[in-house]
Amino acid sequence: MRVLAWAYLLAMFGFILLPVVVLIVFSFQDSRLPVPPFDGPTLRWYAEIIADRALMEALMNSLLVALISSAVALVLGFLAASGLARVLLPGSALIRGVLIAPMTVSYLIIALGLLQMFNAVGLRPSLVATGIGHVVINLPLCFAIIYASMGEHQKNAMRAARDLGAAEWQVLWHVSAPMLLPSLAAAFFLAFTFSWDEFIIAFLLTRFDVTLPVEIWSMLRSGLSPATNAVGSIVFLVSVAIVLVLELTLFRRRGA
Amino acid sequence: MSIEARERRQGAALVAPALIWVLIFFIIPFAGMALMSLAHLDGREVVQSFDLSNFAKIFTDPSLRKGIWVSLQITALVTAISVLLAWPLAWIIATRVPARWQRLALLIAVLPFWTSYVVRSYSWALVLGENGVIMKTLTGIGLLAEPVQIMATRAATVTGFVHFFTMLLTLTIYSNLIQLSPNYARAAQDLGASRLQVIRLVILPLTLPGIMTGAFLTFVLCIGDYITPQILGGNNELTLPQLIMLQLGRRGDYPMASALSLVLMAIVTLAYAATSRWLRMDRL
Repeated sequence: MRVLAWAYLLAMFGFILLPVVVLIVFSFQDSRLPVPPFDGPTLRWYAEIIADRALMEALMNSLLVALISSAVALVLGFLAASGLARVLLPGSALIRGVLIAPMTVSYLIIALGLLQMFNAVGLRPSLVATGIGHVVINLPLCFAIIYASMGEHQKNAMRAARDLGAAEWQVLWHVSAPMLLPSLAAAFFLAFTFSWDEFIIAFLLTRFDVTLPVEIWSMLRSGLSPATNAVGSIVFLVSVAIVLVLELTLFRRRGA
Repeated sequence: MSIEARERRQGAALVAPALIWVLIFFIIPFAGMALMSLAHLDGREVVQSFDLSNFAKIFTDPSLRKGIWVSLQITALVTAISVLLAWPLAWIIATRVPARWQRLALLIAVLPFWTSYVVRSYSWALVLGENGVIMKTLTGIGLLAEPVQIMATRAATVTGFVHFFTMLLTLTIYSNLIQLSPNYARAAQDLGASRLQVIRLVILPLTLPGIMTGAFLTFVLCIGDYITPQILGGNNELTLPQLIMLQLGRRGDYPMASALSLVLMAIVTLAYAATSRWLRMDRL
């Protein structure tokens, strides 16, 4: 039983890590095809992608869209959560439902709806359009995370600040935000990684300036190449770095 | 103005920006899509009409009907395999791995979760290809005389999906398992249950919320995904999202794409209704 359990664990780890290991190993492949036998190591593909203007532009676009759309989603989600936690508004449950609703709909459908609306009002596909879509998918996430972390303690502190004469923005900025910092950061980074990795909305809502996943998608059309492995490996390392930072700083406090 | 009325007004003012955003960029486009699904294509022009002919066509046209069927089959298969693979993994991590190593084990178990979605599918294309690691190994050690084609088949799509969703389900089931008091298992053992009986009759039913939450997420994300079937499955058999993209690309048939999207949403809503009594989204 014991041996079986460990064997299963190892087998599953093998299955789970296999594609990532293959991806990274063959990014150092010397010949033109990222398949066995391995004949590296070489860094030429990394040099090639760093010199690739279109790819680097897509990378910057992705960072920009992810940064701005996550910030907007975070602010909107934070304000809405503060408002709903503050007083019992008529129809609170309905409002919460509406704010969460986009989470239950496929990205493809959100993208299609926005594409049709932007077409109707004559807005061309662009990074801005993509950013708008990313706020739509990340707002429910930010709202839910922040709202869930607002307890009685939080509400009492806000009330006390208000009773002592603080203006609403002062309450939010000096009391709420610092108290909620861990969940604000968690919401922001999660939203950031979702936006950074998002494909279908960006694919339908961009045309000339594209984001990184869309650029990688067009690299795939020309078949397998160690250059694609190299891009994939870099994206992977960036995401893992973000997750590790989160793990070591924010989530450690929960004592888990 | 009373304090209460003022508080309420300020609260509403804080909620308003988010609500307006969702209204303009989610609800209105969605209503537009519903309207569009009732329109039809005349040449390349969209003509607004108010009939259900697109929906009628979805259920009579063999290729469209097949797309829905293929999607349902793949999704059901993926959900079942992923649950079967993830449950023992989550259980081993939660009960066999020493407590101080559990977080690390879990981190490894979901590491590729954080790779780019497009890149992950591409990685499986590398692994499963005719010259890929698996075929080279199998033919190399003489288990196979000739490479077998996996790429551009349903097996490739399912493998890519199962990989992703096993990680997701491991997370939801694990977080369910560690919330269970060890007393349940002890009590059952004291009452004479064998080890397997404890798992089957006590632990397994108690993890139903974790299983169902993960299975629902798997179902929703899997049936709505375009990337994995497109990269790994190719164009031999098309899933619902692939059909939607095809309508857009080939002839700009927005009405049909909208109608198919609504069918996709209806399927997801049914799945939600079927599993909702077990779902514990807030506990994730």
